[in-house]
Amino acid sequence: MTSTLKDQAVTICRHSDLIPNSGICADVTGQQVALFYLPNESPCVYAIGNWDPIGKANVLSRGIVGDIGGRLIVASPLYKQHFDLVTGECLDNSDISVPVYAVELVADHVLLKQ
Amino acid sequence: MPKVNVIVVGNGMVGHHYVEQLTASAVDAHITVIGGETRPAYDRVHLSEYFAGRAPEDLALTTREHYREIGVDAHFGDMVARIDRDNKKVITENGQEYCYDKLVLATGSYPFVPPVKGNDLPPCVVYRTIDDLGMIQVQANNGKVGVVVGGGLLGLEAANAVQNLGLETHVVEFAPGLMGVQLDAGGSGMLRRKIEALGVKVHTSKATQVIEENSDGEGRVVMRFADGGSLATDMIVFSAGIRPYDQLARDCGLTVGDRGGIEIDYHCKTSDSDIFAIGECALFGGRIYGLVAPGYRMAEAAVSQLGSDKVSFQGADMSTKLKLLGVDVGSIGDAHGKAEGSIAYTFSDERVDVYKRLIVSADGKKLLGAVLVGDCSEYDTLLQYFLNGIDLPADPETLILPTNVGGAPALGAAALPMTATICSCHNVSKGDIVNAMDAGSCSLGEVKSATAASSGCGGCAALLKNIVDDEMAARGLEVNKAMCEHFNYTRQEMFHIIKVETIKSFDELLEKHGTGRGCDICKPTAGSILASLWNDYVLDDKHVGLQDTNDTFLANMQKNGTYSVVPRIAGGEITPDKLIVLGQVAKKYKLYTKITGGQRIDLFGARVQHLPAIWQELIEAGFETGHAYGKALRTVKSCVGSTWCRYGVQDSVAMALYVENRYKGLRSPHKLKSGVSGCTRECAEAQSKDFGIIATENGWNLYVGGNGGMKPRHAELFATDLDDETLIKYIDRFLMFYVRTADRLQRTSVWMGNLEGGLDYLKQVVIEDSLGICDDLESQMNAVVGSYQCEWKTTIENPEKLKRFRQFVNSEAEDRDIIFVEERGQPRPATEEERQQILATPA
Ligand code: SRM
Ligand SMILES: Cc1cc2nc3c(=O)[nH]c(=O)nc-3n(C[C@H](O)[C@H](O)[C@H](O)COP(=O)(O)OP(=O)(O)OC[C@H]3O[C@@H](n4cnc5c(N)ncnc54)[C@H](O)[C@@H]3O)c2cc1C
Ligand code: SF4
Ligand code: FES
Repeated sequence: MTSTLKDQAVTICRHSDLIPNSGICADVTGQQVALFYLPNESPCVYAIGNWDPIGKANVLSRGIVGDIGGRLIVASPLYKQHFDLVTGECLDNSDISVPVYAVELVADHVLLKQ
Repeated sequence: MPKVNVIVVGNGMVGHHYVEQLTASAVDAHITVIGGETRPAYDRVHLSEYFAGRAPEDLALTTREHYREIGVDAHFGDMVARIDRDNKKVITENGQEYCYDKLVLATGSYPFVPPVKGNDLPPCVVYRTIDDLGMIQVQANNGKVGVVVGGGLLGLEAANAVQNLGLETHVVEFAPGLMGVQLDAGGSGMLRRKIEALGVKVHTSKATQVIEENSDGEGRVVMRFADGGSLATDMIVFSAGIRPYDQLARDCGLTVGDRGGIEIDYHCKTSDSDIFAIGECALFGGRIYGLVAPGYRMAEAAVSQLGSDKVSFQGADMSTKLKLLGVDVGSIGDAHGKAEGSIAYTFSDERVDVYKRLIVSADGKKLLGAVLVGDCSEYDTLLQYFLNGIDLPADPETLILPTNVGGAPALGAAALPMTATICSCHNVSKGDIVNAMDAGSCSLGEVKSATAASSGCGGCAALLKNIVDDEMAARGLEVNKAMCEHFNYTRQEMFHIIKVETIKSFDELLEKHGTGRGCDICKPTAGSILASLWNDYVLDDKHVGLQDTNDTFLANMQKNGTYSVVPRIAGGEITPDKLIVLGQVAKKYKLYTKITGGQRIDLFGARVQHLPAIWQELIEAGFETGHAYGKALRTVKSCVGSTWCRYGVQDSVAMALYVENRYKGLRSPHKLKSGVSGCTRECAEAQSKDFGIIATENGWNLYVGGNGGMKPRHAELFATDLDDETLIKYIDRFLMFYVRTADRLQRTSVWMGNLEGGLDYLKQVVIEDSLGICDDLESQMNAVVGSYQCEWKTTIENPEKLKRFRQFVNSEAEDRDIIFVEERGQPRPATEEERQQILATPA
C-alpha cells in the first residue's frame, strides 16, 4: 500500500505546514482537500473533501477534530455535523458522505494520492 | 360568529390576568380596558419592594405598547362612572361611552380608613397603589416616626415599608393580637415578640378616637386612644382592612352583599348574566378573597364562559406563606381549630422564637390547619397534606418537631399526587410539571419557562425544585451530568479541576481526567476555561485545536465560508477619522458594511486570506479586536449621558468605556453584554443585558441577569446607589462567579434561573461574601484584566500564525465557490441558485 501510494502520489506540502490537532486546506488540481494532522494517532494525517455538503461551503478544514465513539471525526464549523476522517461518512446523517483521500507523511513530505 | 365586545373595568392584577387569558384563548373578542389608575397593571403584591429600591417600572405587569400590539384598546386614568345596563354601555367620568356585549368588573378594593376625626389630615395616607407610594415618601421626608393603623397582613407589609424608609415604626391594632385572621393566639404572640425584637413598637387593643394636629413637641400629629393614651407621629398609614369597589354595581342594581362585594356565582356571573365580577370586588360564597391567586382563578373561569370549555370557580384555598418584616409566617386552612372535635399539636421554642401548631381531624388522619411563625420550612409539606387530603403519619407531631427530636422528613415529592397544586399563582400542578419534562424540559430553568411555575410570588420555588430533582432522578437524568463522552464532569467541575490542579493544557486535562481524544463539545469548553483562568494567547499551539473556527480565525464564519470583521467600538463612541478608515477598508476589500444591533460597525464577506491585511490596516488606525467571535465580552451599549443629554445625571459614556475596556477579552461560558444608561429613561437598554448599569443621582444601580435574544428576560436589580469603585467590585465578583459556576453556553439569565436561592443567594455571595471567595474572585479578575492582549495584534506580529490564514497551503488561488452578487450597492453572498448559474456561465 505504502509503496503504491508513493509511486503515484504528489507532495502537497511540508510537515511544518501542518497544524497539530487541527486542519488546513490544499488545492489538488481544482479539488479542495482538507488535511488533518493528529500527531498522537497512527496514521497521523487524514484527508477528506473540504466541501461541507450540508453547509454548502468549503469549510471542513476549519472544524474541530476529535472522536465520537472511537471514530476520528471533524465537526463542521457551520452547522456542527460530524464527518468520519477515515470513511468520510456523516455521523449525523448516514446518507451523506464526503470523499476521502489516501495521504501519508513521509519524512518531511505530505504525500497525497490523486 | 361575530367578534364579542368585552369591556374590562379596572386594570389591576386580576383585570390584567383576565385580558391575558382572553387573548390567549380561542374566543374572538374585541377587548376594551378602562383602568382608573394612570398606569397599566402592576404587581401590587410586591409593592413594598419599592422602598427597598425597586423602580415602579420594575413592578409593571404590562405596558400600553403591549396592549396595543395584542389589539387591546386600553384607556387609563379615567374611571367608569356609570353602567347603563339597558343600553349595554358604560360611561366614564370624562364622559366617554363604550358599548359592551359582555362586561367584566375587576375594580378591586380600596383601603378602609376608620371614621376617626382627623383622618383627613395630610400625614394620613393609605397603602394600595403606586401613587400612594409617592404620598408615603413625601410624608416620610423629614419625618422621624411613622404609625401603621392595622396589625393584619397588609398592615405589617406597610410597617415593613415604613421601617425601610428609616422611620421609627409603630403598629396600632384594635384587636388583642396581630394577624388575627391567619394566626391563633400563640402564633400571634410569637410574631409580636419577633417583630418587637426588630424595633417595631406594637400597640394592641387600642382604639383611635381622634387625630389632632400637634402644636407642641415632636411629631406633626398626635393620635388619642380610647384608653386615654396618646402617640405623636409624623405619618399615619391606614391599613385596617379593605372594602370592595362595588358602587358601580350598586348603582345599576346588581346584587351586592350585606357588607359589600358584588355577588357572583360559580361562573363568576353577577345577577346580570352579561356582567361578570372577578378579583377583590367579587363576593363568592359570602366571602371576598383578598389574595391574587383566587382572583386569577376567577379570571380564568370568567374567560372560559365565553368559549366552549367552561370551568367554574369553586372557591379557593386561603393558605399563605409570607415574610413579614423578615419574619417567616405561614397559615394553612383552619388555623384557629374551629372544626368540631379537632385536635391541636403545638410546638414552641422561645430561645429561637419559633412557634408551630397543627390542627388535625378528630380521627387524627387529616390535616385541617396549621400555623407557623419564625420557621416556615414545613409549610410546603403541610400544605400538600392539607390540599390533597394525604393521610397523616401515625404521630402527626413529628411533622413539626425539630428533626433532632424525631421530626419527620419532608413529604417526598414522589408522594404527591399528580393533581397536587405546586404553584398556586399560576395554577401549575405536579402533573403539569411532569408533562413539561416529558415534553423535553430537563432543568429547573426549562421547567420554569415551560410552565410559568414559580414566576409569581416565588413561594413554591423550593417545592418545585424538589419535584424537578425527583423527576430527573426517576428518569436517570441526574447521573448524566457528563459534558460529553470524554469527560464525566459538568463545566463547573471541570473549571474546579483545572483551577485546583493548575492544569495548563487540554492534553494534560484529557490525560488526567478524560478518555478518548475530545470533541467539539469538551474542547471549546476547556479552551474557554483555560482562557478564563490563565488567559494565554488562544492561538498558542497547545490551544489552537480547541477553538471553534471563529476563535481560530478570530472572526465569525458566515454562511458561505467567508468571515466578518468586527472591530471594538467601545461604548459605541467613534471618531470621524476612525469612521473614515472603516469605510476605506470596507471599500478596498469589498466588504458589506452594516451598523449592528450592538452599537458598532461590522464588515462582512472577508476571505480568510485577507483577514490579516484587513486587521493590519485597522490596528494601524487604532482599532482592536471586538471579540465578536468569542464567548467573551461583546459590547457595552451606552447613551450620551450627562455630557450632552439634558436629563443625564452621570457620565454614562465614560462608564461604558471603562467597563468595556476592563472586561474586554474575558472568556466566559457564553457571550456577555452590558449597557450603561445616564438616567432612568434607560436609552441604553441596560436592563436587557447580562449586567446593566443605570445612573442615579447618587451613583449607579446595578442590574444582573438580563437577556435579549430568544428568551428575553429583564435584568434584576442587584444593588443601588453604588459609587464607581463598589460598582466595579461587584461586577468583578459577579462575572467571575458566573465564569466559575455556569454551564457551557449558559447565558447569565439562564444561569440565574437555575441558581438555587436565586437573586438573594447571589447577593449573599457577591455583597456579603458568604462563601468567603470574593478576594479570590477579584484577584482572578485582576489577573485577566492585567494580561489582556489584542489577539489580532499578537497574530499579525507572528508570521508563523499568519500561515494559517491561507485559503490553500499549496497555492495562491482563491476559493472559486465563494461568489458575491451586488444588492443595494453592496456585495452579498450569492444564493445557491445564483451560484450554480454563475458557475455554469463560462467566464
Ligand atoms: C451582527 C449582529 C446582527 C446585526 O446585524 O446587527 C449579530 C449577528 C450574530 N448574532 Fe446576534 N448579532 C448582533 C446583535 C445581537 C443582539 C443585540 C444586542 O447585542 O444588543 C442580540 C440580543 C441581545 C442578547 O444577546 O441578549 C443578539 C442575540 C443573539 C443570539 C441569542 C442569544 C440568546 O441568549 O438568546 C445568538 C445565538 C447565540 O449566541 O447562541 C446570536 C448570534 C449571532 C451570530 C454570532 C450567529 C452566528 O453564529 O453566526 C451572528 C454573527 C455575527 C457576526 O458574524 O459578526 N445573537 N445578537 C449583531 C452584532 C452586534 C455586535 O456588534 O457585536
Ligand atoms: C401592600 C400589599 C401587599 C399585598 N400582598 C399580597 C400577597 O402577598 N399575596 C396575595 O395574594 N395578595 C396580596 N395583596 C393583595 C393583592 O394585591 C390583591 O388581592 C390583588 O391586587 C387584587 O387584584 P384586583 O385586580 O382584584 O384589584 P386591584 O389590583 O385593586 O385592581 C383594581 C383596579 O381597578 C381600578 N378601579 C376601581 N374602580 C374603577 C372604576 N370604576 N373604573 C375604572 N377602574 C376602576 C382600581 O383603580 C384598580 O387599579 C397585597 C396587597 C397590597 C396592597
Ligand atoms: S438614558 Fe438618560 S441620559 Fe441617556 S440619553 Fe436617555 S435620557 Fe439622556
Ligand atoms: S406559588 Fe406563587 S409563584 Fe408559585
